[in-house]
Amino acid sequence: MKLKDRKLGIIIAGAVMGVVAALLVLFGNPSNMGFCIACFIRDTTGGLGLHRAAAVQYIRPEIIGIVLGSTICALATKEFRPKGGSAPFTRLILGFFVMIGCLMFLGCPFRMVIRLAGGDVNAVFGLIGFVLGILAGVFFLNKGYSLKRSYKQPVLEGAAMPVVQIVLLILLIAAPAFILFTEAGGGPGAKHAAVIISLVAGLIVGALAQRTRMCMVGGFRDVFLFRDFRLLCGGVALFAACLVTNLILNGAAEGTFFKLGMAEQPVAHTDWLWNALGMLLCGFGCVLLGGCPMRQLVLTGEGNSDSALTVVGLGLGAAFAHNFGLASSAAGPTAAGKVAVIIGIVVAAVIACCNTFGKKN
Amino acid sequence: MTKVDARGLSCPEPVVMLRNAMASGEDAYEITVDNTVSRENVTRFAEHQGYAVSVSESDGEYTLTLKR
Repeated sequence: MKLKDRKLGIIIAGAVMGVVAALLVLFGNPSNMGFCIACFIRDTTGGLGLHRAAAVQYIRPEIIGIVLGSTICALATKEFRPKGGSAPFTRLILGFFVMIGCLMFLGCPFRMVIRLAGGDVNAVFGLIGFVLGILAGVFFLNKGYSLKRSYKQPVLEGAAMPVVQIVLLILLIAAPAFILFTEAGGGPGAKHAAVIISLVAGLIVGALAQRTRMCMVGGFRDVFLFRDFRLLCGGVALFAACLVTNLILNGAAEGTFFKLGMAEQPVAHTDWLWNALGMLLCGFGCVLLGGCPMRQLVLTGEGNSDSALTVVGLGLGAAFAHNFGLASSAAGPTAAGKVAVIIGIVVAAVIACCNTFGKKN
Repeated sequence: MTKVDARGLSCPEPVVMLRNAMASGEDAYEITVDNTVSRENVTRFAEHQGYAVSVSESDGEYTLTLKR
């Protein structure tokens, strides 16, 4: 059976990812944050000293693993094909604002599902906004939205980002003085599984996502566009498996892995409107990009330099978010963060309009 | 037979282009894509619409012929 051709394949992959997410918390990652692409790119950005929020500085091996897992799989299946040149700077800007949206909500689409599986009801509002954002993107897709075609690129262009991940891994292990680490007890950045566990988890998730084309944004988008439920099945399986694993683990440590409600959820706030608007920006931006942050990492691993620039945009957004007080905290969103999310929605709408109704060439 | 050139485009764009082209209700279409994800998605969509799909590959490009 070809994994990619069957719903069963993506359901199994989603379930494995859900279990991996729950186990990563058991092994030391922050609660309801087995893996979160936005949070972990943000932590990596902090580890490199590009922002100075001391609580969230750690080069996350999960990100490295996801990109490299995808690369290994793509090489093995002859799907490593360097390409790029499809509106790269527009993609960087979209990546920037997708991160602003994610850090308003405090999580990427995967963490949204993982938060739901941990009983965090705030994520329901995130999900509502996420779906609305995807519907906005689907509206433009139906009207002909396109960032135009990409072209074949030299091997170096496609291999650069996977190589950068290897450099990041060396920096993490060698830990020279300029690489920053959140001090023990100093915040989410200090909570992490052992490097080897995180790396292997990332490799597994990256490989599965590459083979199955797993994407949270694609899940809803394909349902709205084509009534195709394949990708969404993966997301539902991830939720179900993570929920079941959390409930089992909760039996040993009450309230650590599953706690139903809105108040005092780990690394989350209760402002329902801005949780929704943050994920609306994320969903809208990701449809315009063609995939969620996880999918961008996987495409990067396949040699797509447009996605590599999107990932750079995500990192840039994270650096700005923490240097200029745009990111939310457990205390709630900031005034500057709200302005940034509104600007992001406007920018995404302008990009969508220009690439839908603008002059075709 | 309507031909759709979706080379260089990432999903879902090739499928959207094919779906829009199918509004003409023809019995055969030809669509060219240059990545395996688009090939898989176009195949799945076309089969779901009742078309038989045959694929030929040349230099990393896939030409899918749809007939019903």
